[in-house]
Amino acid sequence: MTALSITNLCKRFGGLRVTANVSLAVAPGERRLIIGPNGAGKTTLFNLITGEIAPDSGSIRLFEQDITRLPVHRRPHLGMARTYQIITLFASDTIVRNVTLALLGLSRLRWSLLRDLDQQHELAERARAALTRVGLADIADRPLSQTSYGERRRVEIAMALAQDPKVLLLDEPFAGLSIDERRDVRQLLNAIPREVSVVMIEHNMDVALDWAERITLLHFG
Amino acid sequence: MTRKLRYAAIAIALALLATLPMWMGNSYYINIASQFLLFAVFALALNVLVGYAGLVSLGHAGLFAIAGYSGALMLQAGYGHLVADSAALAITLVASAVFAALALRSTGIGFLMITLALGQIVWGVAYRWASLTNGDNGVNVSTRPAPFGLSLTSAPSFYFATLIVFLLAIASMAVFVRSPFGASLRGTRDQARRMNALGYNVWLIRFLAIVFSGFWTGVSGLLFIYYNQFISPQVSALTSSAEVLLMVISGGTATLFGPVAGAAIVVIMKNVVSAYIERWNLVLGVIFVVIITFMPEGLVPGSVRLVRWAWGKLQAKPGAAAAQPSKLPSEERVP
Repeated sequence: MTALSITNLCKRFGGLRVTANVSLAVAPGERRLIIGPNGAGKTTLFNLITGEIAPDSGSIRLFEQDITRLPVHRRPHLGMARTYQIITLFASDTIVRNVTLALLGLSRLRWSLLRDLDQQHELAERARAALTRVGLADIADRPLSQTSYGERRRVEIAMALAQDPKVLLLDEPFAGLSIDERRDVRQLLNAIPREVSVVMIEHNMDVALDWAERITLLHFG
Repeated sequence: MTRKLRYAAIAIALALLATLPMWMGNSYYINIASQFLLFAVFALALNVLVGYAGLVSLGHAGLFAIAGYSGALMLQAGYGHLVADSAALAITLVASAVFAALALRSTGIGFLMITLALGQIVWGVAYRWASLTNGDNGVNVSTRPAPFGLSLTSAPSFYFATLIVFLLAIASMAVFVRSPFGASLRGTRDQARRMNALGYNVWLIRFLAIVFSGFWTGVSGLLFIYYNQFISPQVSALTSSAEVLLMVISGGTATLFGPVAGAAIVVIMKNVVSAYIERWNLVLGVIFVVIITFMPEGLVPGSVRLVRWAWGKLQAKPGAAAAQPSKLPSEERVP
């Protein structure tokens, strides 16, 4: 049983082979690090796994289910979550509203036109619980525009974790962080439940190497 | 305090609207008020797309005209008001779905151009397919409906009927904005890619928003034919789409009352100022330039910002001892 398995995945952008016959298998609960030089196709690999880019050939399986052609928005419902290298959050909302949106994405409530989102206390409770896990509970009501870069990075991870994923894809979670902020994120990664498989792209070797159990090197796709 | 001010302003506006025929007197001006309300419904509908979905449509007059023509032609064919209006709304919903399916191939400029093209197709049909639409001569609507036996022929009675529809429209917008679906739609406006990765079907959310917007556009189109008792191809022209877009943008996108204020400005300019100044289009243009220069976020959020700023100044003045840290003028838009 593998959590995530990729077989012979290929992707070309014009004449450039970005992903060339990549295969990898991640076991449930595994901590996997993907390293490689700039332009090796690491983020492209993530985009292929989440479906934002369609592969030319090869297959992607999530817990033995073929998801190669599944629409992007269906995959989170099967237990896949990701963070972005470039932070993409809802800047005009509060931190807790950001996490609530992550929870709402998996809830049938998201289609509701007649309820008041502010009255969905159960959703808000769960969002606050997720923020407690990442140590941001005390600033949960702060607008995102008044938070630091490191805090935003943790909000990104909190949104992914709030969805209770089985497979979590982290794209350079330490990029651009100070030493203190890196320590915070490090603690956060250690607190991820053991049964979650985590695949991480990271350049920062000293934090990444002692976190990972297995390492995949990606070089020229 | 600002919340109290907001409620007070809403209460005053409601009282003024509810009593308008009593103090307005002249039925010419009561009719203009009806026209303002029906265009406010139209602007509210477009704001769903422009403000909350971040999709700028230049073909909404097409949907407005589809509702109007469907209703007018069915009435002319001898159907009753209830049948004609329901069928017209159903046709408009289907047309919105077709518009959405075609226009959502793209977002941004692409979306704008496709909606523009679709609007022009409707205009072409209205103008050229004379055997169906009577071409340039338009279609007459001989009677107004009489819901619950109440005749709507007089200016005040039609005004009150329009007011009720307008209040329903604004209430539905208020509910929509606060709903989880409304939050999802704003999310697709701000971070479409992220929303997809969070499990939202971005395409379907946008599609439903266009149909929701199409519904209220259709309602306003029906109000229009009953108000004017006539419809011609001019209604579906690009200038009509642009006019409603200006209402939304000048009043303030993604706000509840912005489109209403925008509709008021345009309708008053068109009907009242044009009686005194021949070049009223010039005055309207100057007003828009002034709004965009001093309140780029729109008239309603801009005024709120000014009031807050003035309120802060007033609070800060009396005695340094009681001085609270007064809020700086907020630059952010009302979400």
